[in-house]
Amino acid sequence: MSSEARPFFTPVPKATGWRLFLKTVVARAYPRVVGQQRERSWIFFDVFLSILAVSAYVFVYRAIGAPEEYVGFVVVGGAMTAFWLNVLWSMSSQLYWEKESGNLALYIMAPNSMMAILLGMALGGIIATALRAGAILLVGSLIFRVQYAVGNILALVAVFILTLAALYGLGMMSASLFLLWGREAWHLANLAQEPIYLLSGFYFPVKNLGFWVAVGASIIPLTLGLDAMRQLLFPSGAALGFLSVPVEIGVLAVLCVLFLAAARWLLGYMERIAVREGRLLESRR
Amino acid sequence: MRAASYRDTRLPERWAAAWRSFRVAAWLGWQIESNWTDPFLFAIYSMLKPLASAAILVVMYGVITNGQFENPVFPYIYLGNAFYIYVGAVMTGVSWAVIDDREHYRTLKYIYVAPIRIPAYWLGRGVARFLTGSFAVLITLAAGVLFLHVPFHPDRVDWPLFLLSLTLGVMMLALMGLVLASVSLMIAHHFFLIGEAVAGALYLLSGAIFPLEVLPPWLRPLGFAMPITYWLELIRRSLLGDIASGFATLSGFTNGQLLGILAGLSVLFGLLAVVAFRLCDRQAREKGLIDQTTNY
Repeated sequence: MSSEARPFFTPVPKATGWRLFLKTVVARAYPRVVGQQRERSWIFFDVFLSILAVSAYVFVYRAIGAPEEYVGFVVVGGAMTAFWLNVLWSMSSQLYWEKESGNLALYIMAPNSMMAILLGMALGGIIATALRAGAILLVGSLIFRVQYAVGNILALVAVFILTLAALYGLGMMSASLFLLWGREAWHLANLAQEPIYLLSGFYFPVKNLGFWVAVGASIIPLTLGLDAMRQLLFPSGAALGFLSVPVEIGVLAVLCVLFLAAARWLLGYMERIAVREGRLLESRR
Repeated sequence: MRAASYRDTRLPERWAAAWRSFRVAAWLGWQIESNWTDPFLFAIYSMLKPLASAAILVVMYGVITNGQFENPVFPYIYLGNAFYIYVGAVMTGVSWAVIDDREHYRTLKYIYVAPIRIPAYWLGRGVARFLTGSFAVLITLAAGVLFLHVPFHPDRVDWPLFLLSLTLGVMMLALMGLVLASVSLMIAHHFFLIGEAVAGALYLLSGAIFPLEVLPPWLRPLGFAMPITYWLELIRRSLLGDIASGFATLSGFTNGQLLGILAGLSVLFGLLAVVAFRLCDRQAREKGLIDQTTNY
């Protein structure tokens, strides 16, 4: 009978090559974008508590009689902390978390590229975090009546995109490093908050830390990204800026390429080491 | 006939169980906090975060005032920030245990079925963070005194007031942490520590780094409702004396009145912690949240 020979399901053509790569990216980005919006407590804590933390620094500036533009610096810096926290906790330490929860072995066993997994995490993280950062920026600007003076919007968009690309490239790169660590990963991510807020000048112009400290801190893309954004957003930004905006755009572009290439190389290298030393399934809790 | 449950035990036995839970949890918490690396790296780790936080404020202050660290505003800000480390440390230590046990170690369900007093266990888990927090406070204070001219004269410090305020304040923070721990039973795992996030938010309202007069008038009552406001004022007065009481915010209150308010608000948070635990515990059981994992 011909009906008995028919399969129970219609075979789906298997995606291969770049189609599989793209499908993997979208599939990994999906839980980031959709899942995070479903957790209402996350939205509350991410936006509301960030606004309160930003407000504390704004009031410090007001208490010591700072010019009003510093309030704007804090609001922009506060919005960008959302991206740094996302890179730290949801990129760098994510493969460690995936290992702990048992997903990492599945990722590696599946016929997809690990680079696509990381890209999906990054894209999903950028979209989800951009919503929160936007909310922080909007609410903070309205509450504290921040005045912006955007002269070159194209440069501003370029700086923002390059900053995020370099930042998430750094996150993808460090995800591979974190893969080899156990509980140290969590603690190191925890450690990389306040010291980076300080060195990258989240709440003050990084120029004030001195030339060489600022140069060293420029390895974190947010340092130059924030500095360039402040120069493009505020009238006195250029006077307080560390380097000129074109130079900062150039350095950010180099960091972008560097971090993405390093992420690709490190991922393969660390995966080989992890497989050889049997660390993919270990759980050092 | 109903089988005797753990809750049917007499009060002394309950206290004994609570003490045992607290003691063992404190030991466990210390192991979890400290044994991931060698003591040297752990000490560096414990110092870097608080020093960086303090340095952010120091740079902000220095940039705007051109380095006028002798101004009384500076020790006000610096000491407030240094002792505020306890707020994040104690509240996080107590509340993070819920997420850690539930999502990371996945042992919360086993802890629930063991003969353990859960609130005492959570309080015990907070001890390790209290100890590392104390270390961070000491380091931050030392840096301020040695490098930034924060006035500190041991012979002028009101030690009894300081020790009493510190003890009362840490107990109050632990109770606030217990409220957060109860709430943590109901919420998802966040990429940050809820205790530190809430501490960051309270930073605004407690006058830790600026006098409450800087806040908009409609926000000030919230600041006055926070026990941390009174606690930090008492700490500043005991360490700085006249310099601290010169600020207008709480200058109308005597030390005794401030202690009374702090004690009263601490009792209030104690009651709130009991109510919050009972409510959240019941809801978490009803909704099957005790062993949920929410790591995306």
